[in-house]
Formats: sequence, C-alpha cells, structure tokens
Amino acid sequence: MPKLIKDGALIDDSWRLIEKETSLEEIKPSSDNKLLVPITVWLENKEVLSQHKDNIGIWFDSDESPTLLEEDANSFPVIALNFPVFRDGRAFSYAAILRQQLNYTGDMRAIGDVQKDQASYMLSCGFSSFLVPENSNAEVLLTGFEDFSENYQSTVTKPAPIFRRRS
Amino acid sequence: MYIYDDYDHQMLEERITQYRDQTHRYLAGDLSDEQFLPLRLQNGLYIQRLAPMLRVAVPYGLLSSTQLRKLASITRDYDKGYAHLSTRQNIQYNWPELEQTPDLLAELAEVSMHAIQTSGNCIRNTTTDQFAGSAPNEIEDSRPWCVIIRQWSTFHPEFAYLPRKFKIAVCGTEIDQAATQLHDIGLYLQKNEKGEVGFKVLVGGGLGRTPVIGKVIYEFLPWQHLLTYLDAIMRVYNLEGRRDNKYKARIKILVKALGVDVFREKVEAQWQFGKDSQATLTEAEVNRCKSFFTSPEYESLQDEDEAVTTASNSDLLFNNWLDRNVSAHKQSGYSIVTICLKGTGAAPGDITDRQMEFVADLAERYSQSELRITHEQNLTLAEVRIKDLYEIYKACKTESLATPYLGLLNDLVCCPGGDFCSLANAKSIPIAEAIQRRFDDFDRLNEIGDITLNMSGCMNACGHHHVGNIGIIGVDKKGAEFYQVALGGDAGREAKLAKILGPSFSQEEIPDVIEKIIQIYLDERQSDEKFIDAFYRLGIDLFKERVYAEAD
Repeated sequence: MPKLIKDGALIDDSWRLIEKETSLEEIKPSSDNKLLVPITVWLENKEVLSQHKDNIGIWFDSDESPTLLEEDANSFPVIALNFPVFRDGRAFSYAAILRQQLNYTGDMRAIGDVQKDQASYMLSCGFSSFLVPENSNAEVLLTGFEDFSENYQSTVTKPAPIFRRRS
Repeated sequence: MYIYDDYDHQMLEERITQYRDQTHRYLAGDLSDEQFLPLRLQNGLYIQRLAPMLRVAVPYGLLSSTQLRKLASITRDYDKGYAHLSTRQNIQYNWPELEQTPDLLAELAEVSMHAIQTSGNCIRNTTTDQFAGSAPNEIEDSRPWCVIIRQWSTFHPEFAYLPRKFKIAVCGTEIDQAATQLHDIGLYLQKNEKGEVGFKVLVGGGLGRTPVIGKVIYEFLPWQHLLTYLDAIMRVYNLEGRRDNKYKARIKILVKALGVDVFREKVEAQWQFGKDSQATLTEAEVNRCKSFFTSPEYESLQDEDEAVTTASNSDLLFNNWLDRNVSAHKQSGYSIVTICLKGTGAAPGDITDRQMEFVADLAERYSQSELRITHEQNLTLAEVRIKDLYEIYKACKTESLATPYLGLLNDLVCCPGGDFCSLANAKSIPIAEAIQRRFDDFDRLNEIGDITLNMSGCMNACGHHHVGNIGIIGVDKKGAEFYQVALGGDAGREAKLAKILGPSFSQEEIPDVIEKIIQIYLDERQSDEKFIDAFYRLGIDLFKERVYAEAD
C-alpha cells in the first residue's frame, strides 16, 4: 500500500489515485472505496461521483487551477496537487490559492515528485499530507519538514511575517 | 549597514546545515545530478568550464571592511588568490572544490554572508545604486527598502522554483546607476506631493537573448503595499510564465505575450487577496530598517581644501583621478570615491586577495568601514572627506588601484567569458585587454569623454552589452569566435537598447573597429556633445557606412 506522511508520521494511504483519462466504468465508485480523481474526470462525471462525495477527493496537475472547482472546495475531504517534476513550482502557488482564496480547510496533499529538499517549502504553502513516491526513502523524506524554523515572509501557515513578530 | 539579529543568524545556520546534508547526499549518490542542480545553484554553485564557480551574495553591493577581509582570506584558502566582481554587485570565486563549499559557506556565515539565491530559478540578490545614501539630490535612500525586499525574497516558500531567474533593482537616486529598467522588476522610489514615499513599479525588463526595457505597471505604489504587490506579480509569473522553453521563460516574455495591461489586471486580481494582509509593511519595520542606514556624524567642512587643491596643481595624475573617480556628495566637504578595477592587463572586475585587504583597510580608515561593489565592476567608498583625497590617491597608487579611468572607454564592463564560463560562445577578457591597450592613454580617453563599453561572451548578456553605448557580443560562427558590435545602448533613466551595426568581426579586427567608431564621433561631435548624444543625432547609418566602407 502506498505510504503517506501526515502530521509528521508515516501512515498507509487509503486513497486510490486515479490516473488521468480513466473512464467511469474503470473507476467503480462505491461507498467503501476512497478515490482521488483527476479534476477533468470529476468535471465530466460530477453527477455520478457526487453520490459518493465523502469518498471522493480531487487532484490537479500543475497546469490546472483549483479555481476550476465551481462548488465549495471544502466539500472534498482531500484535494491533491501534483508536482510532475520537483522543479515545477506552480503547485506552491496553487496551494496558497486553495488555502488563502478558496479557504480550503481539508487535507491538501502533495503528490508526484515529492522530495525532501522541497518539503519544508510545501509545508509552509499549506500542504498537510505528502504522498511518498515509489522507490523513495520515506524515512529520508520525513526529515525534510523542519529545515527552517522560521519564515521571513508571510506564509500560509504563519501569516505574520517576522517583522510583525520581532521585538 | 544592516546587522543580523538572532533570526537572521539562525536561518543562515539552518541553511548551511541543509546544504551540507544535500552535498553529502549528492556525493554519496543519493541525489541525482538533476536533483542536486537547483539545490547547489540556489546556494551559488555553478559547475563551470574548468572548476565550480561560487557566487557570493553581496546584498545591494554593500560590504564592511570585516567582510571584505574574510572574502580575501577565502580567496587564499579556497581559491587561487583572486576573485571577480560581477555585474550584479556580487563576488565570484572561480576555483573552489565542491566538497569544500559547505565549509566555505560556514566561513562566510561568520561575517553574516552567504551565497543564497545567487543563482537558480528564484528571486536573486536585490541590487541598487552604489551612491545610495550619499548622492546629492537623492529622492529616498534605497538601502532600507533593499533590506526589506531581501528578507521577503529569502527562502520564499512559494517562489523558489520559478520558471526562470528573477532580478529586482531599486533606485532612489537622481541618476540611475542600477540599470533599474533592465530588471524583471524595477522599482523607482518616488515622493508624492504630500512627501509620502511610494514606488514606480516597472515589470518585464531584462537583457539576455531578448532584451526588453521594463514597462510601468504601477505609477505610485504606496510603500505599505510593496510586499503584497510583489507577491501578486510573482504569483502571476509563477503560474503563467512559460516552462516549456527556457529561452522564453523570463517574465518579460509573459508580459510581452499578454500585453502590460492584461498582465496588470491579472496582478490586480491576485493583489486583492493579499492587499492589507499581515504582509503589509509597518512603519515600525521600515523605521527599524532605516535605523541601520543613518548617515555618519559629518564634520563641518568646506568643499574647497587647500592641500588638495595644491596637490592637484602639482600632481597631474592626481588631478586626472580627481576629475574622473571622485563624485559629488550630499554633504559639503565630503565626496564619493570609486576605485576603478580596469587597469590595463588585469581582467575587468578581478581583484586579488591583497588588493581586497588593502581596500578594506582604506575603507576602515577613510570611509566608515564600508564599501560598495558597483554593477560596472568597480568599488566605491561613499563617505570620504575631501581633505583625505590625496592620501587615498597615493595609497591606491601603491597597489595599482589608482587607474583614473572611471566612466571612460577603458572602464569597460566585461563578463568572464569563454576563459571561465561554460555558457560563453567566445572569450571576452582578451578582447577587453586588446581594446584597453589600444586606448591606454588618459589624455586620449579624456578627450573621448563619458562613454560606456559593455561586452558579453554570449547572448546571455552578463556583460550588459545591450545597454552599452558601445556593445560587443561574442558569437559562434561555424565553430569560430566572432564579435558583433552594437551602438546606442544606455542603462540609465532614459534606458535604450543598442542597435546592431552589421556583420560580425574577428577578434583581431575589434580594436580597429572601436577606433573607427570613436574617430567618427570625434570628427562629427558638436562642442562637448557626449558619444551617446552624438550617436542619436547622427544615426546608425552613418556609422555603418563608414565602419564597413573602410573595411572593404
């Protein structure tokens, strides 16, 4: 089973990640199957999928904006943002938009090329869980979240920049 | 200057620990070349033609004597006894070993220095005018604002993996020596009729393959909103800047594609969410940053100093140096001295460990223990008593640092080129030297007068060739090194891009070509018309005709 880092701990991931271009028949939504579906699949099959809404999460690729969600983002327990490659930094901004503009309070997940060296920045942008890539050392990734104890600037997790906290 | 507090020290320590671990994992084979690349770049480390190159950040070019001495000792311990001043006011080492870089960075941290974000696709070191705080008729001292931008941009979690590099310049002086309009974001400090401070914001300027002068996106941004507005610009760029082609990934391409009005609307839309948030600047923070840049207690002195006048009457070389390398200061009895690192025979912008220590001592004795690196690759002492000028000149002379060529043809700007850089198409240092040898005579240079000559070894334009009055760029022509010449560039408040004169020249032809261009100017100029003004009056066709006609 894929591994997930959440709240600083390594746990099993109970969500099944659905690839892009998957048909509804292949997905088989049901009440005992938690599915992370691509935004495009959600938009095309909204009526059927919304019958299982507690078990549906949405994932966005780095060229898809979470503002595509017309309804309240908060109706989804999980929203995932993909890093197709670690140096594609768009998901950092989309994460901030989800938290700050769409006021998303659920579990925001980083998926794709999630590496230790970007982990602390992901955390600061509001990601709350991290899918451990296949063939990746989860123990190493776990150590990446506390590289920095402070942020100079206003961030999602610490909206007050240092200059408002300096005595 | 800005003094690090506990927060700054702590974050710097954490960064070194992080980078040490990354280097260790790379050397152990746990990080691939591809994974390590942006990590080392964001710590200043390039892999160059012959060895790694480490670019050390000098925030807005400002250094203390203590810092410069440390930089000197590092050139001895980790390098070959010299360093290079870059056109972005930074310092570069050419020969450090990868394995040693974490230790080198730890040494820098001892004097509150680092190489953070001096490279890579992130927000780079903020630059400004080297006369900030000392220039006459200054609108507003840019240095406190540079500190504010430095802190905001350092380890910004949202903007560390941008489509491409991102450079910000701030200018508060009457004359713009920071090439502000050629930056991804250019900020001109302004005051409104109530005396309140704000910024004229330009976006999408830059050199490189596609040179563009920045466009105004905001006429007067009140200072409180500086950071939230910058966040909004960065967010639009991070999301919409092209990532499919690195040559089209800079913000200038996005601004051009959208048009500045559409780009502005997108920024406004993002800004509505961040405006008035906690990222809004406070008066307390601005005052705190300003408190690091107060002027020294000036003595009551006159501009006229008898001893200096007497010396300048009897020592012709000193008189030349006074004319060229000494600039007016806001305070009577004081002046700004620039040490020109363009002596013939030394690579432009190179400085030895011994010269660094000498300049550090000089600054300590005569200029508040501070100095500034200029984007023209020279060193400025900004708080000098006029009565000390002769002593300073004589001391500089003993170290071959009294070259009186500031702002003249031989004070050329030049990248390291093909001798060092793996990106370069052609060498630049030998061409610079050939030009300098051809013109190495003060009277002749002085007769030509104010002119800028900028040279890059490739289209990446580190030598700012697009904005030189004369620009030279190295090109690859079927495996051979050739040079294109362009005329009419200007990096100041009336920024202009140089126009290509015509087909390229061989290395050997360049000094003759420059000589011809200069001769056309001398033949045609009216009274004390500067080169750039004469060029625009005469037009490029006249230059083209005469330069190529004689070559046939």
